[in-house]
Amino acid sequence: MTAALSMHNGQTVALADVPVLSVAELRDHVIRAAGAGARLGAFFGNPLDASSLRLFAILVDGFSGNLLVLATDVADRYPALTPDCPQAHWFEREIAEQWGVRPLGHPWLKPIRFHRSYRAGEDAWGRPADAALLPGVTDFFQVAGEEVHEVAVGPVHAGIIEPGHFRFQCHGEEVLHLEISLGFQHRGVESGLLGGPDKRSLHFIETLAGDTSVAHAIAYSEILESLGGVTVTARAQSLRGIALELERLANHTGDLGALATDIGFLPTSSYCGRIRGDFLNTTALLCGNRFGRSLIRPGGLWFDVDGAQVSQILERLEAAEREVTNAADLLWNTSSVMARFEETGPVSVDTCRDLGLVGVAARACGLERDCRYELPSGIFRFAQIPVSTWDTGDVFARAYVRWLEIKRSAAFIRDQLGTLPAGHIHSPVPETAPSSLSVSLVEGWRGEVCHVAITDKGGRFARYKVVDPSFHNWMGLAIALRNQQIADFPLCNKSFNLSYCGHDL
Amino acid sequence: MWKVLVSRLKQGHRTLTYPRSEPALPAPYRGLPVLDSSRCPNGCGECAEACPTDALVPGDNGIALDLGRCLFCVDCERACPHGAIRMTQDWHLAGRTRAGLIISESKMLARAEALGRELRGLLGRSLKLREVSAAGCNACEADVNVLGTVVFDLGRFGIQFVASPRHADGLLITGPVSRNMELALRKTYEAVPAPKIVIAVGACAISGGPYVDSPQVLNGADAVVPVDLYVPGCPPHPLSILDGLLRLLGRLPDIPETAPRPTA
Repeated sequence: MTAALSMHNGQTVALADVPVLSVAELRDHVIRAAGAGARLGAFFGNPLDASSLRLFAILVDGFSGNLLVLATDVADRYPALTPDCPQAHWFEREIAEQWGVRPLGHPWLKPIRFHRSYRAGEDAWGRPADAALLPGVTDFFQVAGEEVHEVAVGPVHAGIIEPGHFRFQCHGEEVLHLEISLGFQHRGVESGLLGGPDKRSLHFIETLAGDTSVAHAIAYSEILESLGGVTVTARAQSLRGIALELERLANHTGDLGALATDIGFLPTSSYCGRIRGDFLNTTALLCGNRFGRSLIRPGGLWFDVDGAQVSQILERLEAAEREVTNAADLLWNTSSVMARFEETGPVSVDTCRDLGLVGVAARACGLERDCRYELPSGIFRFAQIPVSTWDTGDVFARAYVRWLEIKRSAAFIRDQLGTLPAGHIHSPVPETAPSSLSVSLVEGWRGEVCHVAITDKGGRFARYKVVDPSFHNWMGLAIALRNQQIADFPLCNKSFNLSYCGHDL
Repeated sequence: MWKVLVSRLKQGHRTLTYPRSEPALPAPYRGLPVLDSSRCPNGCGECAEACPTDALVPGDNGIALDLGRCLFCVDCERACPHGAIRMTQDWHLAGRTRAGLIISESKMLARAEALGRELRGLLGRSLKLREVSAAGCNACEADVNVLGTVVFDLGRFGIQFVASPRHADGLLITGPVSRNMELALRKTYEAVPAPKIVIAVGACAISGGPYVDSPQVLNGADAVVPVDLYVPGCPPHPLSILDGLLRLLGRLPDIPETAPRPTA
């Protein structure tokens, strides 16, 4: 059997070197690799011609620190991987929706974003071209029986959050099943990136999940640097690491506060809401924008720091860390908080592996899934952050992993600022290599951000695939809700805190 | 309980003194750009070339900048070899009309004026808003949400975000309005009892932002509903949003239209 192509994170390979297997061989390879502990980082289609599609699978092997790339060609249908490899389920729904190719035997083949197929006339569900596609209008899984009822929530939610639709099947207060239907946020990011890189590309990247601007901008920049064959300076890599960990600090702190809000524990709720802002303001000290917009650029960064800024950042970091410690300790020391966190919304480690969960959600099940450790790129090749895990898989675990990471990110930033390498921060990026494939993974605050670029003969993007960690994890939330009280939904939801727009693109 | 009380003392009082005094933003903050056309050689359009959203348009009377499209990303400032564009620290960016957001050397930003007497009488001291994220990226949403924290303490101005459009006096909209959110936005608007106001926050909600002219979006809120207040930015600083809300409600002492503040 042809072997898959092994590459490291941030590498560019010639498109022609990617082995094209038969569908049966690809299925076999992916199923065996997944069974041995690898996860599917990306699985997507790229059209060969009007009637056929090349499917690319990127497997992440955390043990060896390698990526395995393989491809196969399909026409309008192929035998689905999902029955034998459940973590392919969402990817195969996406492939069906984008290209009108049907994965036969998929147990739950429905649209995920509610847009028309990228290939005119090819629709996986045979819907007429003039039929309206209404988001959230689909055949939801339904439970029948006496006293069984259905609760529908969204798209517009009660708080200041993004839109999505949730359909609960309940018996009394108990949730038997939750189905999540998204797509309301679809803006056409991947279509907009075609033909790039151009002046708008980076702005799509920075806003595709706006609370993860830094992680996505780093992934995109590493792709362009790899395609252009340039290495960024040590100083730029260090500053990128600092920005990435500041993003994690802000969001994790905000999440601890929001978890406290959802159980009505107001002290931590109000402190963390404020401290989160202090971390965002520290990012603004670097570049003027609280979300790090325009900080990261292909080739390095656009904003440098001087000695005065370094001491100011250190000072603010120390104060914010002290205050978030005080606020978080209140959670762990208050029995009424712990009673609500523990054993709520559990996900087993087997389910976590089967679904291919990533990031905080996976580490809260005890899995050491962290790109900074498994497939380090940039500064993380030189400065390691220990992986934070907890093994109970419940709301408490997801909260506590965040807390462990807050401490470690703060320590990392302090170390980096203390030993900031000298040098310039930006190097010009040469033209992108033609007919190539490049992959970049970055551990954003929610989890693994995966970008894959395929360039055409002129070095332009023929395909730019983005996989936000939310894409892997929404199903994890649905499973966590089973047999839970419906009143615990906000708490469980916040413990995942997934991105709607990062999923919808 | 004891620990909670001790913690309360340690965390202290954190609410900004704004609007009694104006807080300083960090030195690299990028606010209202100023244009100096006297530095532009004839036929130079490098800034417009670099602008990701085509917010800059060179014309006979110098460059015009549409703040409703501007991402405050400094791509233009960096592209301009003549120093004709400079970002300032001015974060008072809100305007009442779409046209008023288009600035040039000779045309200053038309900063937001207060609502008319009748609406001010109704809403000036108690404004309830329903937020609708219509394909927002969660940055504008986050900076609206933060107004509820102890730092900004929106409640002290009588402004509150409510869970139902039926309880609201208006909508605050973020995002470029995806096709998939058009119906939900329209229905939410219709569910708000009249008289009602609409506030568009961020480049996306004003013009589509980075997604302007993408086939999947409608280029902002005013494609679906009438807008009473625009707050530019990507995302706008929470202070810019708060400033816009207070201007709209006539809660700020009258600020004369002055030239932008110099950079700090």
